Amino acid sequence: MRLKTFKIGGTHPPECKFSERAAIEELALPTRAVFPLGQSLGAPPVPVVQKGDAVKVGQMIAKGEAFISSNIHSSVSGKVVAIDDCIDASGYKRPAIIIEVEGDEWDASIDRSPDLKRTIHAEKEEIIAIIKEHGIVGMGGAAFPSHVKLMIPEGKKCEALIINAVECEPYLTSDHRLMLEKGEELLVGVKILMRAVEVKKAYIGIENNKPDAIAHLTELAKGYDGIEVVPLKVKYPQGAEKQLIQAIVNREVPCGKLPIEVGVVVVNVGTAVAVYEAVQKNKPLIQRVVTVTGKSLAKPSNFYVRIGTPTFMLIEAAGGLPDDYGKLVSGGPMMGKAVTSLDIPITKGTSGILLMTRKESKRIPVQNCIRCAKCTTICCMGLEPYLLSNLATCNDFEQLEGEGVMNCIECGSCQYICPSGRPLLDMIRTGKGQVGKIIKNRNVK
Amino acid sequence: MNILTISGSPHVHHQESVKKIMWSVVIAMIPMLITSVLFFGWDALRVIAISVAACLLVEWLIQKYLMKMPPTINDGSALITGMLLAFNVPSGLDWWIVVIGAVIAIGVAKMSFGGLGKNPFNPALVGRVFLLVSFPQQMTTWPDVAPLLNITDAITGPTPLNQLSAGIPMSISSLLAGSHGGSLGEVSAIAILLGGLFMLWRKVITWHIPVAFIATSFVFVFAVCAISPDVFKVQLESGVMLNALSMAGVHLLLGGLLLGAIFMATDMVTSPMSCWGQILFGVGCGALTVLIRLWGAYPEGVSFAILIMNAFVPLINKGFKPKKFGVKTVKI
Repeated sequence: MRLKTFKIGGTHPPECKFSERAAIEELALPTRAVFPLGQSLGAPPVPVVQKGDAVKVGQMIAKGEAFISSNIHSSVSGKVVAIDDCIDASGYKRPAIIIEVEGDEWDASIDRSPDLKRTIHAEKEEIIAIIKEHGIVGMGGAAFPSHVKLMIPEGKKCEALIINAVECEPYLTSDHRLMLEKGEELLVGVKILMRAVEVKKAYIGIENNKPDAIAHLTELAKGYDGIEVVPLKVKYPQGAEKQLIQAIVNREVPCGKLPIEVGVVVVNVGTAVAVYEAVQKNKPLIQRVVTVTGKSLAKPSNFYVRIGTPTFMLIEAAGGLPDDYGKLVSGGPMMGKAVTSLDIPITKGTSGILLMTRKESKRIPVQNCIRCAKCTTICCMGLEPYLLSNLATCNDFEQLEGEGVMNCIECGSCQYICPSGRPLLDMIRTGKGQVGKIIKNRNVK
Repeated sequence: MNILTISGSPHVHHQESVKKIMWSVVIAMIPMLITSVLFFGWDALRVIAISVAACLLVEWLIQKYLMKMPPTINDGSALITGMLLAFNVPSGLDWWIVVIGAVIAIGVAKMSFGGLGKNPFNPALVGRVFLLVSFPQQMTTWPDVAPLLNITDAITGPTPLNQLSAGIPMSISSLLAGSHGGSLGEVSAIAILLGGLFMLWRKVITWHIPVAFIATSFVFVFAVCAISPDVFKVQLESGVMLNALSMAGVHLLLGGLLLGAIFMATDMVTSPMSCWGQILFGVGCGALTVLIRLWGAYPEGVSFAILIMNAFVPLINKGFKPKKFGVKTVKI
């Protein structure tokens, strides 16, 4: 059978999934946990604790008051020592709540037993309220507040739920391990989400490079109505929302619109498990699976980590810092962010930590564009990266907008493939930022 | 404590480079190099060596003394131009004519536009056409085929295209193998196809331009010969008259069509970016080639056809864009 996939462009970078056989290990408690307030998309939440307050594990420490905003809960017990600016993954100083860890005292309402709770009592509105309360956000990387996604706008109808288990980024294996080790929890989570958006059909899209996960979930899904596992051809960037929707249900989300436009809601695997824990176990989003990997790391691993743990703790647990490290990436190598320090805290959206050697950190020298058209062929949005990059260099924002720069999903394939080593995405991103501002101003007027 | 590198994503690279692409093309040309030496003797190697050396030297001089930039002759692009120029001239050409061709190809057609990637026209073809109009006598004197290895019955004299217009009988097997008169590289269809397959496998070229080019020529010749069989007729050595279908087939193997379609028209720098643009480009090249061959003053039209289509590339790039994701094509 021909495997499903998206239609335009795409590539297949070397997978380098070193940690795919490493079972998830729980990481020790940090001595100090840092919670940047702006760790999800939308307005940063407002702190509800003060310096000196004692907090328990699972206690809310910041409340999202705007429509698109998300609550933050403490992942540790201890004392709030400061609410101060800290450098986060973006490299900027941003306000954060810093907690000094003392013991490990959990909020009593959280069910910490390992038992699986299959029966779902909560109804639609209640589920969304719990998800909002417990600060669940998209755990694939973008960290978009899940409750906003699940509230279907007036006049639209959701027809299918898609679970994003593609994990098309090289190196990362956290979703893969989660599917193998928490398959049942995942499926109950999917059932809860199906109830929240009122659909009868859910698809779990998994790329064919994870045959064990496909087999495991297909077997488990027999016990759950309306959940279908869809094996997909291995192709980057299949984990991008629009590409995944096209691959599975063959619908094309129009430019500038959300998936609900074609009657679909997409949720990441990690998020589905977090939803299970929130609804069935009353546990807020305070822990997540993070892949720690890299060619020079002694022990590439998958850790179950408290949110707010500093990165160096994960690297130490994965065999320690090698001598020749040159770049630290939060996320995968294609879309991840290079960070400025080893102290960066793990946030809700951190799916992996990638340590690169000094040699790998260097880009190849930039040469003239030879118009080989590889960037145009590879672009999954049907754009012309060479042209966008030139227009951005010339500050021709009007034409840049006309050529569809805002459709770019920044998957990085163009820059990855460019034989001249041109910084295509760097330029496109710059241009996109400028065009975004222009559009915003125009809309205000 | 090491210094952490900060840069935008992506943090990995495909490891494909301009140099690797260029050297793949050079490797793809090796079968042609071998067949040209087999059929034309050491004279072929002499022309290739002069052409390559001249191209490299001109590029190096211009980069070093005119553009005052670090020379990049080791990227292989000047080497390709040199080889392609040599493949497009007869083997008996005087050395100084080859050098003039190289100066025009690299100096005028490539470096004056800014070097690699900036030239609108295929440099080797510009050099070739310049020589053709400046030295028509020398450029159309086809030396006898003198195979180093006596593997085929060598034929002598004019190229098959001249034969075709003069109605002289010919043999198809000699066309395939290449034991007939012609430019260095265009004689052996098998060597060209071998190189083409290698470039396809290395993803240096895509199928669009060669297939569109060749298919258009084939269909065009077939149609013309089918409609008016008396005007363009050819007789084989055995005395059999060619029908329209074989006539079209013969045209593919003649002259520089395969060399042009596979090695010249596919030049990345001077061909369109999108698939449909490339197909249109190939169709244009094919149609113009046949028009010039059948009705033009020159027996061969591949070089002119490709150069004319090169000029249309910016326009094609504007008009034929890839289909954007999420944009419905509006039907008028």
